[in-house]
Amino acid sequence: MTGDTDTGTGTFAGALARFRQDGDICHLTQAIPYARTFGFTCETDAQGLLTVARFRDTTIGNTILPAIHGGVLGALLEQAATLHLINEMRVEALPRIINISVDYLRPAGPRDTFARGRVIKQGRRIANVRVEAWQDRPDKPVAAAHAHFLLG
Amino acid sequence: MPDTPPAPRGSAPPSPRGPAPFADIIRVFGTIPHCRALNMAVEDVARGEGTIIAPYDPALVGNPDRGVLHGGVVTALLDTVAGLVVFSVIPEGASTATLDLRIDYLKPATPGLALRARGLVTKLTPSVAFVRGRAFHEDPDDPIAHCTATFMVGSTGFTTSGNGEGGGNGEGGGTA
Repeated sequence: MTGDTDTGTGTFAGALARFRQDGDICHLTQAIPYARTFGFTCETDAQGLLTVARFRDTTIGNTILPAIHGGVLGALLEQAATLHLINEMRVEALPRIINISVDYLRPAGPRDTFARGRVIKQGRRIANVRVEAWQDRPDKPVAAAHAHFLLG
Repeated sequence: MPDTPPAPRGSAPPSPRGPAPFADIIRVFGTIPHCRALNMAVEDVARGEGTIIAPYDPALVGNPDRGVLHGGVVTALLDTVAGLVVFSVIPEGASTATLDLRIDYLKPATPGLALRARGLVTKLTPSVAFVRGRAFHEDPDDPIAHCTATFMVGSTGFTTSGNGEGGGNGEGGGTA
């Protein structure tokens, strides 16, 4: 599938090209099957890019509380870190994650979760990114992470 | 996992209640919606260690150019197996929640292959369980990722009995 007939299953390179054309980073989440499966998308607010996990029943890890699975929160933080890296710098390929350290701060309830990343250091080959995720208020984070990525 | 002790060294005082029967732990994990979404299954569980498996699924790909599974699948498997092995050592009915999880991605998963995660409780204290884990396809000594995780014991979190018993101090946020 190419051009206008592409419904979002195209390659990452194609999505990156579309993002460079019109500045809409949502092309990237739409090109990532995992992101589509679990409702990851993006928005822009006054502070810039937000990566959003729209609530899906399939992300529940605790049916009693209920709460979103720690794996999904980790995935959201990793996805947000990647998107913020791509958004802030020119990369021609998907940055490859080296490691991530996730702190789980509060149970994440069955509703939308937001994440924002900050590039702390961008070297020639390595980038360090910090990310926080929250639901109701940014100053009440449900999880936070720092991660290293290999560039290029 | 030859680089870690074979069994947890519990410094917790002897509890009047032992861990939940392994069959109960496996059954409860089978009811977790996200674990079902990833088609996870418990391969083995013993006191302080265990293995889970998830099949390859194109819907869970994170790099569409290479067909490699999203890091979130590895994270979910490692978090889940870590929670599983914590339940195998804490008293039945006690709750637990992930405090932190640090993952090193050693190499990409191979497209098309099922993913396994194995966890080991390295230390149990009255409040905290320390776990190491690794993700791999067939050979645990050829890992895709390894992790260290800590779990709050007796927090607001997951229980195998599902009655929500536990301290309810609001700390910890992970749920597996």
